[in-house]
Amino acid sequence: MNLLARRKLTNKVALTLSLSAMAFGLFWLAWILWTVFDLGLSGLSVALFTEMTPPPGADSGGLLNAIMGSLILVTLATLLGTPIGILTGVYLAEYGQHHWLGKTTRFINDLLLSAPSIVIGLFVYAVVVAQTGKFSAWSGVIALALIVLPVVVRTTENMLQLIPNTLREAAFALGAPKSVVISKVTLRAARAGVLTGVLLAVARIAGETAPLLFTALSNQFWSLNLNEPMANLPVTIFKFAMSPFTNWQELAWAGVFLITMGVLVLNIIARVFLRAEKIN
Amino acid sequence: MAQRSQQPEAHGAFGASVTAGGGSQAAALPGVSMRTTEFKSSASRRAGDKVFSGMAKAFAWLTLILLAGIVVALIYASWPSIQAFGIGFLFSDAWNPPMEDFGALIPIYGTLVTSAIALLIAVPVSFGIALFLTELSPAWLRRPLGTAIELLAAIPSIVYGMWGLLIFAPIFAQYVQPGLQSSIGQVPIIGKLFAGAPLGIGLLCAGIILAIMIIPYIASVMRDVFEVTPPMLKESAYGVGCTTWEVMWGVVLPYTKTGVIGGVMLGLGRALGETMAVTFVIGNTNFLNSASLFEPGNSITSALANEFAEADPGLHTAALMELGLILFAITLVVLIVSKLLLMRLAKGEGAKS
Repeated sequence: MNLLARRKLTNKVALTLSLSAMAFGLFWLAWILWTVFDLGLSGLSVALFTEMTPPPGADSGGLLNAIMGSLILVTLATLLGTPIGILTGVYLAEYGQHHWLGKTTRFINDLLLSAPSIVIGLFVYAVVVAQTGKFSAWSGVIALALIVLPVVVRTTENMLQLIPNTLREAAFALGAPKSVVISKVTLRAARAGVLTGVLLAVARIAGETAPLLFTALSNQFWSLNLNEPMANLPVTIFKFAMSPFTNWQELAWAGVFLITMGVLVLNIIARVFLRAEKIN
Repeated sequence: MAQRSQQPEAHGAFGASVTAGGGSQAAALPGVSMRTTEFKSSASRRAGDKVFSGMAKAFAWLTLILLAGIVVALIYASWPSIQAFGIGFLFSDAWNPPMEDFGALIPIYGTLVTSAIALLIAVPVSFGIALFLTELSPAWLRRPLGTAIELLAAIPSIVYGMWGLLIFAPIFAQYVQPGLQSSIGQVPIIGKLFAGAPLGIGLLCAGIILAIMIIPYIASVMRDVFEVTPPMLKESAYGVGCTTWEVMWGVVLPYTKTGVIGGVMLGLGRALGETMAVTFVIGNTNFLNSASLFEPGNSITSALANEFAEADPGLHTAALMELGLILFAITLVVLIVSKLLLMRLAKGEGAKS
């Protein structure tokens, strides 16, 4: 075989492998989503949204307390983490861009973004649960908020950097002080992007299980008391999926379906937002 | 004239909005005329500015304090275990809560082995995906396919775990593991890695699921760095008659080397700290009888997820905390290296253009 033919063959083999790598990736996505749809849809029922998680051995039951608990935890964590995250992002983009504090914070924020979430759980256990002496929904909220924080910081900073400097200069020229320029001009111009970051953060914590295992724990009963353990979907799924009872496993699949759909919808909305923002 | 009269109005609008933003000041001056507000505005405006920038700065500090706080809290909480076992903790394979004898060897081994398997599979696949997305894919397919791969990262890890345990592991045990045993398993030395009963769950299964989970992270970094390769470099290579593969392997990959390694390290950081998916499929035993990858084992994260909530306060909790500290230390090192490499690529790019 001459050299040219060999080079062409190598190229063909490599490109075929590349194509199969792509197919490999899509294969897992399709398989997992298919399983979630197939087993999750059959588990959907009215009882899922009206009944509490069942005790061992019971035939019926739903996930009402877990769904409610997840909604509460995710909402409070987002409300707690978002303002702090946005202000930190503002500092990085508008104040500390070339300051050592800004550079260090950006670096450390990127580390926290990829840090194992179970370590966040351990940290909150050590500083909140161990000090107060009991597992509580509050500690779960704090753990989730610490996961929201770096995501929001990152996107806020990125989005603010996309805002052209001419906008800032125009606002300064009108005599607006810096805080007004930021809050009324740059942040407003970047709001779709910032909102995207918040949505992605919500999607990220909606399925987080590890940090809740040692903080919010779980609760078999209906509880809205933030000082007590609170039921939530991920930990309930973990418990039910590992159990030998078939109706528990069915409920776990239904829970997995709810979480996956929620996360996928949030991701798609976030992408649509971001694209609209980039086109404008 | 019309223009001149508009200026104070615009000024007033800003002044009013600042006082409204200040909150307390607006409330303290009910019914005061617009003129007074304007008069106060420059002072309150400066105060508002200070408060705003001060808050932003304080929260930036909070991020730094958070990282330091995590390290300090983990060291403090694991102190009893550090004192009791010293450095031997890292090399002991004991894990006996009733006897209060603990060692981290088996969880560390499980974490490192599963992450290594994950990288072995995920790196070539991610390279193939990135190659496909930058060079092969028709333009209209690029975005949807890229999004689909990124969605793999969006699926929560508990979904991977449940799917892995109840769907993937049985199929893996029935079809894939016997196949591996009858093929690679016959090779001397390497064959030992594939010995034992095909249970499905175990180190290999956990490694494969981790690979699927980190592919999107590595692939998207690779795609991004491939895309910043100057088109001139690629075009000159194509111009002298290189094939697509030669351009990728001989031009683009060397140019983006640091970024690619940075992406791989990012994926490794994710694999090391992944918890729920591993906990479901690794088998959760603290015994390791052979070198086989079919053996069930334990990782740092799965040990924490399974035992922590029910651990006795005291040495057991402290030992688990020390496991968390070790995990955090390893991931921090990996992530810092990853970040520095990616930053070096970004800098080099700035210097060249």
